[in-house]
Amino acid sequence: MARRKSKRGPLDYAKSPWLIGFGLITFILLYAPIAQLIAFSFNDSKRNIVWRGFTTKYYAKAWNDPALVEAFVNSITIAVMCTMVATIIGTATALWLWRFRFPAKSAAEGVMALPIVIPEICMGVAVLVMYSRFGSWMRGVETGPLHWLNEFWAIWPPLNLDAFTIARIWNEFFSVWPLNLGAITAAHIAFSFPFVAVVVRARLAGFNREFEEASKDLGASEWQTFWNVVLPFMMPGVIAGALLSFTLSLDDFVITFFTAGPETNTFPVKVYSLVRRGVSPDINAASTVLIVITLVATIIAMRMQAPSKTEG
Amino acid sequence: MTRPIVSIKNVTKRYPGVVAVDDVSFDIMPNEFFALLGPSGCGKTTLLRMIAGLETSGTGDIIVDGQNMEGVPANKRPVNMVFQSYAVFPHMTVRNNVAYGLKVTGVAADEIAPRVEEALEMVQMGAMADRKPDQLSGGQRQRVALARALVKRPKVLLLDEPLSALDAKLREHMQLELARLQQVIGITFIIVTHDQDEALSMADRIAVMEKGGVRQIAGPEELYEKPQSRFVADFIGKINLIDATVSGTSSVGVTCMAKGLGRVVVPHDGAASGSVSLAVRPEKLVLADTAPSSGADISAKGVIRDVAYYGDVSNVFVTCPDGLELAVNVQNDRAAAGLLENGREVYVSWHPSDTLILQE
Repeated sequence: MARRKSKRGPLDYAKSPWLIGFGLITFILLYAPIAQLIAFSFNDSKRNIVWRGFTTKYYAKAWNDPALVEAFVNSITIAVMCTMVATIIGTATALWLWRFRFPAKSAAEGVMALPIVIPEICMGVAVLVMYSRFGSWMRGVETGPLHWLNEFWAIWPPLNLDAFTIARIWNEFFSVWPLNLGAITAAHIAFSFPFVAVVVRARLAGFNREFEEASKDLGASEWQTFWNVVLPFMMPGVIAGALLSFTLSLDDFVITFFTAGPETNTFPVKVYSLVRRGVSPDINAASTVLIVITLVATIIAMRMQAPSKTEG
Repeated sequence: MTRPIVSIKNVTKRYPGVVAVDDVSFDIMPNEFFALLGPSGCGKTTLLRMIAGLETSGTGDIIVDGQNMEGVPANKRPVNMVFQSYAVFPHMTVRNNVAYGLKVTGVAADEIAPRVEEALEMVQMGAMADRKPDQLSGGQRQRVALARALVKRPKVLLLDEPLSALDAKLREHMQLELARLQQVIGITFIIVTHDQDEALSMADRIAVMEKGGVRQIAGPEELYEKPQSRFVADFIGKINLIDATVSGTSSVGVTCMAKGLGRVVVPHDGAASGSVSLAVRPEKLVLADTAPSSGADISAKGVIRDVAYYGDVSNVFVTCPDGLELAVNVQNDRAAAGLLENGREVYVSWHPSDTLILQE
């Protein structure tokens, strides 16, 4: 039999059995663990090893574990707050970098993107150091570097505040939910807003300046142009960026681990502490719920991006 | 005399290192179809954008309908523009695109709908009102851009290279369409183009620009037949430019010694001296096998170097003595058959009155 010389082009890889096999294995390695995680959340066994029948009791068990639910709600809350703020800051940053020319612009762009490239562990340590320094400042407000606050408040007699009162009010204020998540949220915003900025900036790079000029030429003011022309154009980028920051915040472990206080826990950190005592099916159940929430959010965001037939 | 609708007075615009528009002054009359023509980088688009208010910080005055535009922002000017990329908003339907300019300026809602319909009918896009721009062809998008500008009822419509993105057939069609539209609506059109055919076929008057300055303003025929400079002659259509030196002036005309032609006498009103260019259009030249019988014609003997065939006409390049190269336009009729071969010896001749003398 004559050997047929393969005439496949570089993009015809789907015709090679070897590559199909390789692709299949990759696919399985990627998705089998997730499928297994979901499947075993319905397994009627304490151990994740043998299938012993279908049950939903671990969902009930996860639901009835107040610590797990609290961590879960914390995670979602942090992700939502982080997404809202990071999307606004990131979009504003992208607009600023796109719209204006100023000295050291490329340097500003580089610095802005730093949180993307800095190893998370470094970010975590840095944020931890900053928070603990800030905390000690607040404690030592009478003698520490913030002692000037004392004099500042003292010259405003009607309030009759001293530094200790301020510190107490501060601490009480930030121990109320969800403000006690503020530290984690701030850290999440810091590392996720550059992702929003990068995505929106990429979208804006494709913006034809003539759209803006046409809008003005047709009688629109700067604001009308922004709301009616620029914003709709960059909306897909904004939504993609928001989604990105939502998932980044939701599953962040390293930075959260460093910034979480003893009373605040997020889902990834909680799962980590539970897993050290062995994976129980109720963690599977909670993880499945998280996956479903993320998927639903993604689908909604993609629907919103799809071109609508009715209104522009 | 009627008042000009647009007056450009000593307008100058500098970019760092470049003078984009260099002390330009001219008037445009109401209902005129006016073209700014020139090679790329000549400042024509900058001038148009200055009229629209999209380029600022120039000097000089731009007066539209008696009102000085100094300090008037783009969104308050009584002019509208059709952009080179059309800039049809991609996220709005055709109808919303056209309605946009009325909505943002607070036109009453019950007035918007009929005006939008009217504008869409004018450009024959009524059937596509609910489509999105990505469902339209380039020509249709341009119609939307036109309707969007015209619905504002501007005093002047500005068009920036409106046809450059269209294919040749469609471009020809849109040229006629634009000229028709301008006559129907009866407002002033100012069009920027680098395509001389476009300018010649559509415009009432054309300003030829070069390096930021206006070289000549005239109607198409005058511009083609009586260019005032080498640049204009060369830019508008094809032309043979022959170096010559003036040796004397008489009542008959100017006598010159021309490269490859020897002594020629050319009718010319006005003065001429020193070194000049004799300019003659390729279609005025006649090719023949034998020397012309009329001694009055200017003629030269040469060899056909190259023939470029265009179907209806051929462009023939003839090498004459002294290295003179002449381009001749020949109608591909029976008389031309068999004559146009490379290497053949021919006589090129033309009437002296078809020759222009262009001072350097």
